[in-house]
Amino acid sequence: MSDISANTPGAGPTAGGPNAGGPNAGGKPKVSILGQSARMKARNRTESVFKVLGLTAILFSLAILALMIFTIFRDGTSAFFQTRMSVPVTLSAEVLDPAGNRNRDEMTKQTTMTYNKVINEAFLAALAAKGIKTDDVPAKELTDMISKGAAGELRADVLADPSLIGQTIDIALVAGGRIDGYMKGRVTRASAERDTNVTMGQLDVADRMKEAGMLSTSWNWDFLTNTDSSDTRPETAGVGVAILGSAYMMFLVLIMCVPVGVAASIYLEEFAPKNRWTDLIEVNIANLAAVPSIVYGILGLAIFINVLGGQMGVEALKMSASLVGALVLSLQTLPTIIIATRAAIRAVPPSIRDAALGIGASKMQTVFHHVLPLAMPGILTGTILGLASALGETAPLLLIGMVAFVANYPAAPWDGGFSDPATALPVQVYSWASRSDPAFIERSNGAIIVLLVFLLIMNVTAIILRRRFERRW
Amino acid sequence: MNDMRIADRTVDANGIRIKASGVQVHYGDSHAIKDVSVDIPDKAVTAFIGPSGCGKSTFLRTLNRMNDTIPICRVQGNILLDGENIYDKRVDPVQLRAKVGMVFQKPNPFPKSIYDNVAYGPRIHGLTRNKAELDGIVESSLRKAALWNEVKDRLHAPGTGLSGGQQQRLCIARAVATSPEVLLMDEPCSALDPIATAQVEELIDELRSNFSVVIVTHSMQQAARVSQKTAFFHLGNLVEFGETSQIFTNPKDPRTESYITGRIG
Ligand SMILES: Nc1ncnc2c1ncn2[C@@H]1O[C@H](COP(=O)(O)OP(=O)(O)OP(=O)(O)O)[C@@H](O)[C@H]1O
Ligand SMILES: [Mg+2]
Repeated sequence: MSDISANTPGAGPTAGGPNAGGPNAGGKPKVSILGQSARMKARNRTESVFKVLGLTAILFSLAILALMIFTIFRDGTSAFFQTRMSVPVTLSAEVLDPAGNRNRDEMTKQTTMTYNKVINEAFLAALAAKGIKTDDVPAKELTDMISKGAAGELRADVLADPSLIGQTIDIALVAGGRIDGYMKGRVTRASAERDTNVTMGQLDVADRMKEAGMLSTSWNWDFLTNTDSSDTRPETAGVGVAILGSAYMMFLVLIMCVPVGVAASIYLEEFAPKNRWTDLIEVNIANLAAVPSIVYGILGLAIFINVLGGQMGVEALKMSASLVGALVLSLQTLPTIIIATRAAIRAVPPSIRDAALGIGASKMQTVFHHVLPLAMPGILTGTILGLASALGETAPLLLIGMVAFVANYPAAPWDGGFSDPATALPVQVYSWASRSDPAFIERSNGAIIVLLVFLLIMNVTAIILRRRFERRW
Repeated sequence: MNDMRIADRTVDANGIRIKASGVQVHYGDSHAIKDVSVDIPDKAVTAFIGPSGCGKSTFLRTLNRMNDTIPICRVQGNILLDGENIYDKRVDPVQLRAKVGMVFQKPNPFPKSIYDNVAYGPRIHGLTRNKAELDGIVESSLRKAALWNEVKDRLHAPGTGLSGGQQQRLCIARAVATSPEVLLMDEPCSALDPIATAQVEELIDELRSNFSVVIVTHSMQQAARVSQKTAFFHLGNLVEFGETSQIFTNPKDPRTESYITGRIG
């Protein structure tokens, strides 16, 4: 029996089939359903080709993602570890508190220079005490192995707790960037040959110190809490200010964009008459979502900082302030949220609205009791997507000065912290990646990891919230 | 179901609840209702019959201004509820719909629990003072809609998880719960089995003692069983309107006769 003719009923004269004899029962030949016809085979073939293509695409993107995450973690994890040298330091009262009254204000007269001297002496003494051979290396080179930030850290500790004075305490001095790199394998003897910032002698001493147990690498909370630091001491640079700045901005963007965006969407979808004006608004919102983000940066600089902050004298709007950053990011996030929310509202079946209106609910009640809860998962997805892209946004923030070196934490929000200078994670990534010292590249990758963790937290929150809303059918 | 049994007709002593005159409905350019005038009696059941697409649902929706939600829909003419024009500028359609309830052709329960579905109307209209009263309304409404026995053990299960027929009865219960004065029902029994249909018909008959009920149906038998007045629509025209007994036994228009006897439809 012929497969082909069996599969073209109506197309040609079916009388061409085997039982062409009579026009009985529509004249269709009997076709067995055991086994596939040629047409069915072709259809199945297309289907499997499609499946293979889809799977390939997914695998390909997963591979790229895995590669990206692998390289970031390979280059960035080391930022979370820091090499330190354990050195017993005697905090003698004559040097650090000549007045002898442990008065914090008087003690601040002793600058980091003084502490530097204390540390250097203690370090050389510790080397001698451990019997580490150092005669082939000049003392200046030895003390250069200590980070330039170590004295500042010690000074801060002592000022915070003056009772330390007079004691001999074991301090884990931060090692300099090159020594840190050598311990982590970033700096090799070959690369050190070409590097004026490190000598072979220093590396030899580092090896010996390691053997003697004076030098070790351990988990480094400071990376998450420290502020940025100058070009000469990458080992003390941290993402603290950037994390806080990004958190401030996300919070502000959230509370500025979501109410406005959702309200605008509800108005446009449920209340606004459909006419030329609303069409115009719709087109403009779509266009705004597509405007390159740097344009918003220029706008923010011109309007928020120069006009509102400058000419009109609004105190809170200052260069580098997270409030200004959040305003600029809001401009960009708002259209995204509006578009997603409108789509979510539109996807609610009209029969639900009819049902509510039919038993005498007002339009407002219909929207808030029935439409919004159903649209909620979609709104959340849109919001998180918008926030995620705002979190990663760099260009507009560069223009409003958030790339500046910020040495102090912004204050708490209730102390006006939103208008203190801050920086943001992606901007920190950018600024470290553009510095010459390879130790900053490591920090830059570390900051990317922090950024990814932030994104992960946001997405997981969104998923949990979505689940919660979806469970209410 | 004894077919074509014509219920006892004791109407017309009561007044007229809704008086529609010269109603025209356009969907954009298409003319869906052409100059229809009907008087819907109080305390009686009026049936709308007619072939599919003839405008029964459209006309029904004009009676509680549900057509307002369709932007391309235009309604002209006069519709008076108790002598007041429902298309008057001063009328708030929300208030109107609390009086003129509706059961839709397609079951559309809220994606909420069975209880919340029924309780929604009483809640927003503030019909009850406490939980016990609300529970009472929910139970009596579900009983009236012949659904209570099937759902009494799962009032907090989602209404959307019910079968099609159960959903339809849930929608009836929801509409009944707000005690509307006029109830518009668009094919309320289209997805019901004969037993549930009989129960809903019983409900309709019960409602008749206090309210005015308008029912769209494709079943001649149902129209004959439950209604006192029947309107036959065809291609957007009201062909014939009169006592149900007269329409079914002695139609004046040949189109009505052919439809009833199954020749158009
Ligand atoms: N929302 C709408 N937009 C445009 N045209 C519509 C709309 N609703 C109904 N119509 C048209 O109006 C006419 C009447 O439709 P209606 O739904 O009132 O018919 P019906 O009598 O209820 O039919 P059925 O018995 O199949 O439910 C049809 O021609 C239909 O195409
Ligand atoms: Mg209909």
